[in-house]
Amino acid sequence: MLGFILFFAWLGFGGDYIWAMSTGHHPFPWLGIVLSVAAVAIAWYSYKTGPDKVLWSTGAHELTDPQTDAEQQLVNVVEEMAIAAGVPRPSIWIIPDDDPNALATGHGPNDSHVAVTAGLLKICNRDELQAVIAHELGHVKNLDVRLMTTLAALVGAVLLVRNGMGRMMGGGRGRLPERSSGRRAKDAGPLLAILLALWIISWIIAPLVTQLLALAVSRRREYLADDMSAQFTRNPLALASALEKIESASAPTESIKSGAAHLCIADPLGRRLTNHEGWLADALATHPPMGMRITKLKGMGYAQLKKEGGSFTSSALG
Amino acid sequence: MWVVLILAVVIVFWVIAAYNGLISLKNQTVNAFKQIDVQLKRRHDLIPNLVNAVKGAMDFERSTLEAVIQARNQAVKVNASGPDNVKQISQAENALSGALSRLLVTVERYPELKATGNIGQLQEELTSTENRIAFARQLYNDTATQYNTKQQQFPTTLVAGLAHAERADLWEIEDQAERAVPQVDLSRR
Repeated sequence: MLGFILFFAWLGFGGDYIWAMSTGHHPFPWLGIVLSVAAVAIAWYSYKTGPDKVLWSTGAHELTDPQTDAEQQLVNVVEEMAIAAGVPRPSIWIIPDDDPNALATGHGPNDSHVAVTAGLLKICNRDELQAVIAHELGHVKNLDVRLMTTLAALVGAVLLVRNGMGRMMGGGRGRLPERSSGRRAKDAGPLLAILLALWIISWIIAPLVTQLLALAVSRRREYLADDMSAQFTRNPLALASALEKIESASAPTESIKSGAAHLCIADPLGRRLTNHEGWLADALATHPPMGMRITKLKGMGYAQLKKEGGSFTSSALG
Repeated sequence: MWVVLILAVVIVFWVIAAYNGLISLKNQTVNAFKQIDVQLKRRHDLIPNLVNAVKGAMDFERSTLEAVIQARNQAVKVNASGPDNVKQISQAENALSGALSRLLVTVERYPELKATGNIGQLQEELTSTENRIAFARQLYNDTATQYNTKQQQFPTTLVAGLAHAERADLWEIEDQAERAVPQVDLSRR
């Protein structure tokens, strides 16, 4: 989060600093302030409407009046897990897609949405569905949904501001270095050029950097949500088997666009990258490798079984 | 001089933070305990409807259904007498849980029953109801454990008296019979 703020400050006020150095006067940081206001306005707007947009883009419909047994079971499972997590019941959405996947979004525990695909309802038994929902509610309870909505808003704001800036500065950029007529600028000529180059490069890679930061946050949060799922259901093996089922259904989830990929329980794009360890996968994948997650969960499950075999009372007290 | 002042400010801030943390956990514990009540109440309200829904299909298992109704009425009566006799309440609720699980086992014994819609829904509702109560208790125990650990740990334990923090009891199964693994007799199939 701090990285974001510093990066934004550099994008806005860095420009002013260079400007001030190049002209020798102009102390009022108008560029920084205008950019900040614009970025805050855009970010606030996309923060408010973000979850709705995510759900809209997947074509999900809200489940308010369950008709079939499977829908009733989903509602029951979500309500049970909301009790276990100690959060208010989220609104429930169904994505009409045959590929198994699930996602959570919202602004926090009091305003959260959980969406599952029709395919997930089809292949999971009750325990597995419970584990998947518990994973999603783990995201809700950890405030991951708020964080992700904020990150998405910030990424969007950078993109929009940069595009706007490019258009505004289109004519002026070429002339900018020639204005270095101030006496301070003459002393700091090379430094100024380096700073200016850095600043322009920053603007070009800004969306990439924000996205990479979002991905880094997302991956660490997946493990945490897996742990939370095990804590809520006391059944890590159910999540492991659910993840195995999701993994073996290798077809990409078509109705989930890449913009919402970091919200899902499994990478909906079916990228091979997700299955590799290493720095490249670490930097670019939205999810940790499925094999690692399943191994961790199974380790938890067997540790639990072993403990219960050893001392009987602990299992009865649950 | 300055060092002492800064130290004092730091300590005051820490005391405020520790105190507020304890109070927050205390209220979470109380709330989690109330959640169990809410779920028990929900079960009491649900059972008559459930039994009515399957009465026709399960006429031959009248005694099982009656046992459920009886246990439910007993639990409602004990609950109405006030929240003080926790022991009686938990006994009545345990009896009700037992009656409900016998009903579930009975339903399992008739596969042809499960084919009719009502019974499938009954099974799902019963499972969900029992799960809700179990998860509410789990949340209470988790929260209470967190609260107990916090107030006993150094240095938070120094402000525990200030926050009137007392050990919260965990929910346990009192009945020794409940603790045993349920024996399910499948021979009658």
